[in-house]
Amino acid sequence: MKDLSTMTQSAPRLTRRAALLGLAGAVTLGRTSVALAAAATEQRFVVVLLRGALDGLAAVQPYGDRALADLRGELLAPEPGHEKGLGDLGGYFGLHPALSAMHEMYTGGSLAVLHAAAGPSRSRSHFEAQDYMECGAEQRLSSGWLNRALALLPPHRSTAAGSETALSVGTSVQLVLRGPAPVASWLPQGFGGPDAEILRKLAAMHAADPATGPALAEGLRERGFSNAVLSGQAAAPNRFSFPALAGSVGKMLAAPDGPRIAALELGGWDTHAAQVGRLPGALGQLDSGMAALKTALGDAWARTAVLVMTEFGRTVRVNGTKGTDHGTATVAFVAGGAVAGGRVIADWPGLGAGKLLENRDLMPTTDLRAVAKALLAGHLRIDPARLGPVFPGGEGVAPIRGLLRA
Amino acid sequence: MAYDPQIAAIRFGLGRRAGEAIPTDPQAWLARQLDGEDPGLAAPLHGSSAGLRLLHETRTRSPGKGPNSRQEPKDQIRDIFRADTGAALDMLLTTATPFRERLVWFWANHFTVSIRTQILAGVINAYVSEAIRPHVTGRFEDMLLAVMRHPAMLFYLNNAGSIGPLSPAGQRSKRGLNENLARECLELHTVTPASGYTQADVTEFARVLTGWSIDFERGEPGFIFRPATHEPGSKTVMGKSWPQGEAGGRALLHWLGTHPSTYRSVATKLVRHFVADAPAEADVQRIAGILQQTGGDLKAASLGIVGLESAWRPLGKLRSPFDYVVAVMRALDLPAERRGNLNEAMSSLGQGLHNAPLPNGWPDTAAEWAGPEAIMRRVDWAYAVAGRTDGIDPVRLARDALGPLLPADTHEAIARAGSHREAMTLLLASPEFQRR
Repeated sequence: MKDLSTMTQSAPRLTRRAALLGLAGAVTLGRTSVALAAAATEQRFVVVLLRGALDGLAAVQPYGDRALADLRGELLAPEPGHEKGLGDLGGYFGLHPALSAMHEMYTGGSLAVLHAAAGPSRSRSHFEAQDYMECGAEQRLSSGWLNRALALLPPHRSTAAGSETALSVGTSVQLVLRGPAPVASWLPQGFGGPDAEILRKLAAMHAADPATGPALAEGLRERGFSNAVLSGQAAAPNRFSFPALAGSVGKMLAAPDGPRIAALELGGWDTHAAQVGRLPGALGQLDSGMAALKTALGDAWARTAVLVMTEFGRTVRVNGTKGTDHGTATVAFVAGGAVAGGRVIADWPGLGAGKLLENRDLMPTTDLRAVAKALLAGHLRIDPARLGPVFPGGEGVAPIRGLLRA
Repeated sequence: MAYDPQIAAIRFGLGRRAGEAIPTDPQAWLARQLDGEDPGLAAPLHGSSAGLRLLHETRTRSPGKGPNSRQEPKDQIRDIFRADTGAALDMLLTTATPFRERLVWFWANHFTVSIRTQILAGVINAYVSEAIRPHVTGRFEDMLLAVMRHPAMLFYLNNAGSIGPLSPAGQRSKRGLNENLARECLELHTVTPASGYTQADVTEFARVLTGWSIDFERGEPGFIFRPATHEPGSKTVMGKSWPQGEAGGRALLHWLGTHPSTYRSVATKLVRHFVADAPAEADVQRIAGILQQTGGDLKAASLGIVGLESAWRPLGKLRSPFDYVVAVMRALDLPAERRGNLNEAMSSLGQGLHNAPLPNGWPDTAAEWAGPEAIMRRVDWAYAVAGRTDGIDPVRLARDALGPLLPADTHEAIARAGSHREAMTLLLASPEFQRR
């Protein structure tokens, strides 16, 4: 389709045309997408939005909490040191075994984990909560917090001509980057199909239709979506997977005249059923993507901070279909050479009796706005006094200290 | 029988438009749409003369002739097509008489003129306005005559240059008959092969139609009967004798346009379009009977379809790509800059506007449209569109667009989707949204 066109995967550089369009872009593909923004800084800042609500207790398992085993039983990964066990994060928390590259970052001091974290909203609606997460407010706004922060940076550099790789204005920029500061969007050729999760649901919805049911099943097979792919147990055939995209973004950010800020998204987290089988695929995509981003950034990794966050967490107890339902607090990750990593930052609320929010969710004790503010102020060097309009209603939230290397 | 208002909008209309009131009396709502003049006639379209002048210029001008400062005729043709097609799409997306509009496109497809003959692109929308729209609630034979006299059809099916071998022009030149229009008129537009006509009938009909041509030279180009190219003498078609001259053709078209075989064929196509891929014999007979009794009154036939009980069974028809794109866009009611290029979308789904491969037009059965790649492309397009639907609540949209036709499991999948875009994709690509 013409409206999903023309940026090639191999040469992901912003062109002069892109610069004229407002020196930023967004890529959308499958369950992942990215928006880019050039900025007057040598610091690199990437936001990864995990859409669908990542189960923080599975990604970063508090194996030291005695209440965990009773609540989570069959969803737990083996403790550190066991076969396919957790990657230890200092004796109380363990990283899911599918996050091996991120565990290496942790031990190398460039990944910090924030646990029991949540934004200010207590909505358990994906749509509302994602909008609030991106608006940086407890209400829907027409712009995102990262765009409003962008406007606080000094005027952008004059942009040199890039390669003549064509860029075409594409579909959507994530809400987090939408707003008055100019952000263009573009789509590489071949990007843009729905992800395996959506296709799986559609295949189920169409199964009984005498015309579209067999056609969709055959169409999926022809495109390489086997049942294993649709159920999340094998990687999607999409060559523009999240790791490939993250690598492309890393190259763009690394370029001397490239953009400095990017927002990516990755879906596949809404594990209402069969979580043990489905979560490793999504976590593996995230893990490989983070590794690809780091590799592609090269020397620029030292000046990089990556914020990974999701709209809310999931219920502490297992539901009736071996999954988890919509909850509240969860994990966030901050990675990069600029990050004072190798730590789990948490005011751990505990899982025992009486400690859960509404007797179902992990209690939030860290405000994601405090994390974002710390990165905008400490990493992008925006005067903290000017951050008020970036997070309306969060003026009293102080940036987390010590998240970045001095 | 329940005359569900939702079905009225989906089956007979073009899909419920965002915010459109649900009619309290669906049958009256449909009937009202067929009263009076087609509001589509007021759309700001180019008349056919502009496109015809450019068509003529394209064919007669030698390349490289004349100053280059002027726009090439083919570029002007493209501009006319874009402007007129844009207006036609706006009409489809916003019309308050969607039943009538559906009928317009049904008849335009029955009497297909295709822009696969590219230089017709500048006149195609005018063809619909001039030959189809005025007769959608009139008599079939009047529409047939308007179509057969329209320069777009005369050019598309090569009658404009058909010359009677014994006519003065035929005697002077070595040119002769072109049977194309005569054949398709019998086979596709009127009596169909079921009526038992022969090759001799086709050839004789072509002789009848000699002289039916286009005058490009006068100020307003248009239909002309050219006695100099008309085959002299009376002709025999399907056992009847037809006199020499333009009157012979008119008489024959009146006879074909009111023939029981024509009524039966048209009734079958109408029932297939509005009721089921495999029309029930009783339904076909009912509609053919109405046409017979009313002398081919298309308004009466259309209302006859509304009166068929079978036409109110929900979601029996797979939407064609054209129908699907229109229905999605009516439901979303996006501002123009967020719609994307809808003709391109329809093309990528297999059905570009006025671009049917052959004179028999686009197919009207699920089997023809539900290929694996075709359905996958619908999913891709739904996903692309879903990315432009910020601010639209998918659950509410599902209720508005489908109402009671929304099954609980689809509703639940939408409500539980992991993101706004996923929810919109699931709705727009759902089995229920693919049907009408």
